[in-house]
Amino acid sequence: MKPPYTPEIIRQHGLTADEYARVERLIGRAPTWPELGVFSVLWSEHCAYKSSRVHLRRLPTTGPKVIQGPGENAGVIDAGDGWAVVFKMESHNHPSYIEPYQGAATGVGGILRDVFTMGARPVALLDALRFGRPDHPKTPHLVEGVVHGIGGYGNCVGVPTVGGDAMFDASYDGNILVNAMAVGVARADRIFLGRAEGVGNPVFYVGSKTGRDGIHGATMASEEFGEDSESRRPTVQVGDPFTEKLLIEACLEVMGEDLLVGIQDMGAAGLTSSSCEMASRSGSGLHLKLEAVPVRESNMTPYELLLSESQERMLMVCERGREQRLIDIVTRWGLDVCEVGTVTDTGRFVCSWHGEVVVDVPVAALVDDAPKYERPMRAATTPPAVGEVPVPADLGATLVQLLARPSIASKRWIYRQYDHMVRTGTALRPGDGDAAVVRLPETRRGIAMSVGCNGRQCALDPRVGAALAVYEAAINVACVGARPTAITDCLNFASPERPEVMWQLSQAIDGIAEACRALDTPVVSGNVSLYNETEGRGIHPTPMIGMVGLMDDVATVRGAAFPSADLAVVLVGGAAPVLGGSEYLLLATGELAGPPPAFDAAQARATIETLLAAHADGLVLSAHDCSEGGLAVALAECCFGRDVGAAIAVVGEGRDDVMLFGEAQGRVVVATDRPDALLAVAAKHGVPAAILGRTGGDRLRVRCAERTLIDAPVAELRRGWATALEEMLR
Amino acid sequence: MRFAVVSFPGSNCDDDCVRVATEVLGETAWKVRHDERDLRRPDVVLLPGGFSYGDYLRCGAIASLSPVMEAVAAFARAGGPVLGICNGFQVLTESHLLPGALLRNAGLKFICEDAHVRVDGRPTPFTAGVQGVLRLPIAHNEGRYHADADTLARLEGEGRVVFRYCGPDGTVSDAFNPNGASANIAGICNEGGNVVGMMPHPERNAEPLLGNGQGRALFDAALRLVGGAR
Repeated sequence: MKPPYTPEIIRQHGLTADEYARVERLIGRAPTWPELGVFSVLWSEHCAYKSSRVHLRRLPTTGPKVIQGPGENAGVIDAGDGWAVVFKMESHNHPSYIEPYQGAATGVGGILRDVFTMGARPVALLDALRFGRPDHPKTPHLVEGVVHGIGGYGNCVGVPTVGGDAMFDASYDGNILVNAMAVGVARADRIFLGRAEGVGNPVFYVGSKTGRDGIHGATMASEEFGEDSESRRPTVQVGDPFTEKLLIEACLEVMGEDLLVGIQDMGAAGLTSSSCEMASRSGSGLHLKLEAVPVRESNMTPYELLLSESQERMLMVCERGREQRLIDIVTRWGLDVCEVGTVTDTGRFVCSWHGEVVVDVPVAALVDDAPKYERPMRAATTPPAVGEVPVPADLGATLVQLLARPSIASKRWIYRQYDHMVRTGTALRPGDGDAAVVRLPETRRGIAMSVGCNGRQCALDPRVGAALAVYEAAINVACVGARPTAITDCLNFASPERPEVMWQLSQAIDGIAEACRALDTPVVSGNVSLYNETEGRGIHPTPMIGMVGLMDDVATVRGAAFPSADLAVVLVGGAAPVLGGSEYLLLATGELAGPPPAFDAAQARATIETLLAAHADGLVLSAHDCSEGGLAVALAECCFGRDVGAAIAVVGEGRDDVMLFGEAQGRVVVATDRPDALLAVAAKHGVPAAILGRTGGDRLRVRCAERTLIDAPVAELRRGWATALEEMLR
Repeated sequence: MRFAVVSFPGSNCDDDCVRVATEVLGETAWKVRHDERDLRRPDVVLLPGGFSYGDYLRCGAIASLSPVMEAVAAFARAGGPVLGICNGFQVLTESHLLPGALLRNAGLKFICEDAHVRVDGRPTPFTAGVQGVLRLPIAHNEGRYHADADTLARLEGEGRVVFRYCGPDGTVSDAFNPNGASANIAGICNEGGNVVGMMPHPERNAEPLLGNGQGRALFDAALRLVGGAR
C-alpha cells in the first residue's frame, strides 16, 4: 500500500483526520505504509495516554521509599537491606473478553515481563477481575476462560498467584476487566532500565520468533466494542508460558553480568514501541534491520514485523564487544537471539528491509509529539439517593443471602486453580488474610499485597470511590501487619470521548492523589484502559488499586480468621456505615443509589497507624476489614476460617440493617487477648474502638440491646458462601 | 549431605528444593542441568516439580529422554535414593523407573491446596521412621495415579504404596481423594524402595512459616539414613 491513503484506511488505523494531518506535518510528507502502522500504534490511546496524560500529572509519584516512579517498565521501591520491590499492574480487558483464555494468559505474561525487564525476579502475581452480572449468559464462559488462562500461564511459569479479587456487576456485562499485577524483587543497585544508549551499541532481539498474532492489538484496545467485536479474535495474542519461563531465567542470568545497557520487553505495539520508547528515553536513535528479525511465518512484511504483538520477546541493547557472552547465555536457554540493529545519535527511528529504508521518522514525532488531549469534561448526573428500603424481618436470612452473592462469596473455586505456593515464600495464602504475603527472599522481611476497587462507589462519586479504593487496599495491607508503602494503579474507564467519562477519570485521579498523599503511598507505576464500553454503555469507573506494603518480620503476619475461642472481638475505626452503593442495597432493591460512604483522610491515616501500632505491640491476633456486606459479613468471614463462632453485641441507634450490612471504609474486626491495651492504642491515635464481644462456640450470635439480630450456626452460614461461585457456573 | 536437584527447562520447583536442602536443612545442594550427564556424586537426587519442556506433550515425557535421566537411572540402579516430586514423579513414571502413569485430575482442573497423606507401606529412604498423617500441599493438573490391576495388586502386596490421600485423622476414602487417584495413591516406590515418586510437595511445607513444617520429615529421614550409612 502506498500514499495517498483513503479516509477509510486512516480510520482503520485509529487516526482521526486531524491526527493524520499532524503526522504529515511532523515528517513533512506522507508516511510510508510501515510508517503509517507505526504512528497508528504509538499514537493509540493505549500507548500514548493521549486522553489521560494531562490528568495523570496530578498523582503523587515521589517519596523517600521510591527508587523508580512511573515512566519505566515498572515501579521500584526500597525494601531495606539493599533490596528493592518492583511492581506494576496492567489491564488486558479487551483481549480477555474476545478470547478469555489467551487474553488473560497473555495479560499475565505481559505484566511479568514488565517486572523482570527491570532485573527483578518475579515472586508474586495478583489478579483483579470484574465480570458481568452472575446470570448474564456470557458470564460463566468468561469466568471459566479467564481463570483457566491465568492459571495456565502463571502455574507453568512458576510464579505464585497469591491474591486478587473478583466482583460481578451488570456494568461489566459487555466489558470485563482483567487486571494483572506482578511483584518482583531485585537488589536495589541492580535495577535495569529501558534505555538505548551508546552510539554503535548493538540491539538484540531475544525470545520467541515473530508471527502475525496481535497485529493492531494496541489499536483494538483503544476502541469501544461494537457488534463485530467477536471478529477481532485474530488481534489477540497467543501465550507460551514455557518460553516465558526460559526468558525469565535467560534475562536474569544476562543481567547478573555487566553486559546490558538497556532492556525492554516487546508488549503492546511490539518491536515498534519497545525500540521507540528506549530511544526516546535516551534521546538517541535506532537503526533496525527488519530482515534479521526471527520469524515463524512466511512472507512477513515490514509492516507486520513492526506491529506484531507476538509474546515472549525482549529487546536488549548490549555493550559493543560483549555480544558473544549474551549470545552464549541466551542460546544455552534454547531461545533465539539475533542482532537486529544499532544505536545511533540521529534521534531518528530508521528501519531497513534488505537494504531499502522503509521507515525513517524522528523518534520525538512518534513519542513526544503524540497528540495530547484536554478532552471536554462534564460532571455526571448525581445518582439517585437511597429510597425506601424495608428492614428485613429475618436479618439472619439476609446475611445468608449476602454471603452467597458471588462478589462476596468465597473465591476458593478461583484460587484453587492457581499455584499460590511455588517458590516457597507464601506466608499468607489467598483466602487466609486481607492481603497476600510473601517472604522477601534471603531475609526475614515480608511483602504484603492487595488489589481492589469498588466500582459502584466510584459510579456514585468517582473522587470518593477512588480514595476509598486506595484506603481499602491500605487497610488490607495493615490488617496483616505490613506498612502500606506504594501503589500501582490500573484506571479502567469507558470512552474518554464522552465528557462525563473524562470527568469521572479526572475526579478519580484526584481521589487517588488525595488518599495517596494522606497515607504516604505514592503511585510508582500504572496503566490506563479506556474505551471499556459496548454500544454506548460504559463500565462503572474502576480505578483498580494495587497496594504493596512492607513488614520487618514475616513471621508476625496475621490472618483474618478468629484463631481460637475466648478472645475479645474489637471493632477498630468509627466510620458510619451507609446503604449507598452497598451490596445489601443491590440485593434488596437491585438499584445503584447513593451517596457512597465518606472518605476522611485524617481518620484513614490514624486508623492505619492504630493498626500498625497494635501489631507492633502484639495486640492483633487476627484482623479483617469490613467491606462489601458490612460488619455482619465481616464477622461471619472471621468465623469461617477456623470454625470459631462469636457472641457479639452491637451498640447503635440506627436501623438494624444499616448497622449490620451498611458499608463504610476503615472499620476492622480485630481479635485480641488484650482488649484494653488495644482500646488504649486506638484512643491515643484518636480512633474510635469498641469491644463487640468474644469468640467461641459454633454459632455467630449478634444482638443489639435485648434484641437478637442474628443467631445461626457457623456451618450453616458458610454453606452458601462456600459454594456460590460453583453454583453460579453450573 | 549432598543433594543433586535436576533442572529441566520448565522445572519451577528446583530452586525450592535447593532452598530446603541448604537454608532449612543446612546441607549442600546443587542443580544439574537437563543436558548434563554427571550428577557430581550426590547422596540423594531430587527431581523437582514444574512443567518440564512446558508439559506440552504428555507430562514428563520429553524430560524422560534428556541426557541427565541416563545418569539418574544409573544412580537409581545402584541403589541411590531418588525422590520425584509432582512433575518429578511424572518424569519417573515416563522413564519407567516407577510403574503406572499420572493422568489428568478427575475434576479436569488444576488443584492447589493442602492435602493430608498417610505414610504407608515399606520404609523408604524418605519415609523410614515417618509415621501417621502429614499435611502437604498439592499443586497439579495431572495427578491422578493410574496403573493396571496387576500392577496395583503388586504395589499393594509389596508395600510399595508409600503415601495415600486421607482425612486429617487418617481415614482413606473417596471424600479425601482430590484427583481420583487409584486407591488414593499419592506416592509409590520402586521394587528396591530407593526410588520414590509423590504428587504432594514436601518442600513447600518444610518450615512452620509455610504451614506446619511437616514436609521436613521426609528430608530428615533421608538425612538419618544416608548420614547413618556414612
